Amino acid sequence: MVKSPFFARQMALCKSMRWKLWSGFYAVDSYRVQHELEYFAVRSAAGLLDVTPLCKYRVYGKDSAAFLAQVVVRDITRLQVGRVAYTCWCDNDGKVVGDGTVMRRGESEFFVTTTDPCYDWLCAFLPGYEAHVDEVTDQVAALALQGPYAREILQAAAETDITRMRYFATQAATISGCPAWVSRTGYTGDLGYEIWTDHAFALRIWDALMATGADYALRPIGLMALDMCRLEAGLVLKHVDYHSAIHALIDARKSSPYELSLGWTVHLDRIPFNGQAALRREKESGPRWALVGLDIDWSETEALYTKAGLPPSLCTEPWRTSVPVYRDAARQHQVGYATSGTWSPLLKKNIALASIRAGHAAPGTQLQFVLQVEHVHHSVTATVGPPRFFNPARKTSMPP
Amino acid sequence: MKANHRYDAIVVGAGHNGLICAAYLAKAGRRVLVVERRHVLGGAAVSESLYPGFTFSVASYVVSLFRPHIIRELDLARHGYHVIPIDCAFQPLHDGPGLARWADPERTRREIAHFSRKDAEVYPEFSRVMTRMGQLAKAVIDGPPPALGSLHPRDIGTLVRLWRAFKRLGPDLQRAAIKLFTMSAADFLDLWFESPILKGPLAASGVIGTFKGVRTPGTAYVLLHHYMGEIDGAFRSWGFARGGTGSVSLACANAARTYGAEIRLSAPVSAVLLQNGRATGVVLESGEEVRAETVVSNVDPRRTLFDLVGEANLPSETATQLRRYTYEGSSGKVNLALDRAPEFACRPGIGDHLRGDIAIAPDVDYLERAYDEAKYGEYSSRPFINVVIPSLTDPSVAPPGKHVLSCFVQYAPYRLNEGTWEERREAFGDTVVDTLAEYIPGLKSSILFRQVLTPWDLEQEFGLTEGNIFHGELSLEQLFFQRPTPELAHYRTPIRNLWLCGSGTHPGGGIMGASGELAAKTILRRS
Repeated sequence: MVKSPFFARQMALCKSMRWKLWSGFYAVDSYRVQHELEYFAVRSAAGLLDVTPLCKYRVYGKDSAAFLAQVVVRDITRLQVGRVAYTCWCDNDGKVVGDGTVMRRGESEFFVTTTDPCYDWLCAFLPGYEAHVDEVTDQVAALALQGPYAREILQAAAETDITRMRYFATQAATISGCPAWVSRTGYTGDLGYEIWTDHAFALRIWDALMATGADYALRPIGLMALDMCRLEAGLVLKHVDYHSAIHALIDARKSSPYELSLGWTVHLDRIPFNGQAALRREKESGPRWALVGLDIDWSETEALYTKAGLPPSLCTEPWRTSVPVYRDAARQHQVGYATSGTWSPLLKKNIALASIRAGHAAPGTQLQFVLQVEHVHHSVTATVGPPRFFNPARKTSMPP
Repeated sequence: MKANHRYDAIVVGAGHNGLICAAYLAKAGRRVLVVERRHVLGGAAVSESLYPGFTFSVASYVVSLFRPHIIRELDLARHGYHVIPIDCAFQPLHDGPGLARWADPERTRREIAHFSRKDAEVYPEFSRVMTRMGQLAKAVIDGPPPALGSLHPRDIGTLVRLWRAFKRLGPDLQRAAIKLFTMSAADFLDLWFESPILKGPLAASGVIGTFKGVRTPGTAYVLLHHYMGEIDGAFRSWGFARGGTGSVSLACANAARTYGAEIRLSAPVSAVLLQNGRATGVVLESGEEVRAETVVSNVDPRRTLFDLVGEANLPSETATQLRRYTYEGSSGKVNLALDRAPEFACRPGIGDHLRGDIAIAPDVDYLERAYDEAKYGEYSSRPFINVVIPSLTDPSVAPPGKHVLSCFVQYAPYRLNEGTWEERREAFGDTVVDTLAEYIPGLKSSILFRQVLTPWDLEQEFGLTEGNIFHGELSLEQLFFQRPTPELAHYRTPIRNLWLCGSGTHPGGGIMGASGELAAKTILRRS
């Protein structure tokens, strides 16, 4: 297994010994036995997360914009220098292969991050372009600093002014004397930044952020807290909420961007790109599935527990198993499945992301979610809504 | 409700219960006006900047049992309701590292075992029993109280529901419940634990805000409050509101406004307008009259009926009963702005043990001695202090590196044997700081600003009669269908169209919102 450059610091802080493997890296699941305070740090102060295991690619060369524009569904040629785009990429059938961010660091200099290796996928489309792809996963250390005080903490540690960065902007910055790239991005749906730097500078930046963060109740956070945040923000996770078209064992497991509610990332009317024709057809005919948010009725849940003589006791950890969703309480007509969910401590709601057949996915539709209470399966009403449950103004706002 | 007034309802007092009541009424389509005496909304759940850069939860300082269904029904999270759970209960001692109880049960077990191996193992068993009984308490607080002797299906339904909840406990827990509802906190804890150090802070939680000692019968039941956490686990029912407790009120106000309610600040009410024995509006101190079909008072019952309505307009029996409803406040507040984080001698460092609830309650005798002094009209020379440092969790309430430290102090009797609270306020503040400095050696030199609130100040500033933080003693005989009096227990008053929605009604207490919600739902059902 691989140790990220932050491993030594994390090892010292991770009192719970709760680790996970993430793309072969040791990654902290939660620093303490209970993970909720890490979640609350992100929502109330700030959290610091090691995201080094992300797959990272440097794409450069005269044609790099045109090359990327052909690979991903978004028109990267329109992405301005210093901006970041979230996008997905599809196979020729318009099914999603992966998703991630593309940062334009220069006219012909891009930085691509995603959860899964895609070097081979990218390289397959290089012929004909004057462009190069370098995998820098093991050279670039990455940190996510997320939460309402992320800006203050980062600025206190940085020599460069980062306070003017807009949402999804990226720029070079010096942090505690170390060169780094900063992007105002993240996977929590909150105000936040991601910091990309050479391994050699990793610990100095970690230490600087932890030191300035001490005055702002900063906590190092693990993947459990991250998962709760991303679910509240309605951000999909590969291998959990969808399967990559190149890894799906059966066609039924493949999804189009429209089916994942990522249609907004697709720029259809432009020079040809992977999956364009199929996506155009699908846009016209309408997707068969929709990725939605489910609000699982709490009073019904509570009543089931009361009936069993128990206080309501949902697992406080986020879950990621497929749960069938029905149209009817008798559970005769299945209309979809929930893929992951969590108790939202802030919203006091039990929420999930689900893939639902298009005809049943209109906001406000009441479906039936299968809930196990004391060894018995029950149906609980779940109301369909947009996947994004939490969207604070600070995520995109600028300081006065 | 008739449409010939500009408002269907006026809510007097923008405390969190008043605002919640207003929000529910407005959500149901009523035209609602909230009038508040102070320049800031929130009542006792208020955040104020008393010193530049610092935000104080001036009065109420933690959010306890705020009803989660209110958060959902009024969409309060969207309006800024944000409560960060408290993960640790720390009790510093003069010798040794003190005792910290954590959300992590294993960690707690080891901490308690330091004092008693037996208690360490009994503690989770105690928690289990209390959690089961917490379900009974929940059945009580989440609905309006039944009218005794009533044959109305709703009242009978409530009684049946309660009986079922009691029956579900089974014989062993039913016996335990009887003990819990009759014994003193200290005696009840003696049934379980041997370590005085563990019993100290547990017992203290049974008397918070009441003029009773830990050995006074009927104080044990308050222990339940700590085990009624909805889903978030035992300690998780308590938390810090981000931005101070005023942000809870603000979220309620935002919800109310979204539904169309109007809120007027600095608009003190001098009287409830009466016509033929019914309320028809309010008169403001400015002389302005505002009429409405319904008047709802978030002000405590005595103040509402004696001061705003006037004793002459009340049936004499109502007045007699209300006079018997006891108030005497027993607590004060000391708020400090610090230029650095406080460090306890017994457990150095700025660890997570400081991020929760800190109790200066070394043992049961300490607490009982503190009460002894109060019984005879003196504030405790060594009081029980409940300390929280919310800035360690919520950076929005203090400048970077600086901190707010809030002390809830008990006992401070409303009626002093000697002198007045105005004369003795600062000496009381010194006592609190001196007590705390015994545990935090560097405290005094780190204080930038100090605010001392005595029960008298709480009355003057927040209109809390006799400084009682709960709008009347939260003792068993003044709860449920007897809160504040049997006649007034259903949010209704003898004055038609005048209703109560404050903490002086069932279930009262803390930042729960239930009184405001249940009052609104009762009003909507009746009109």
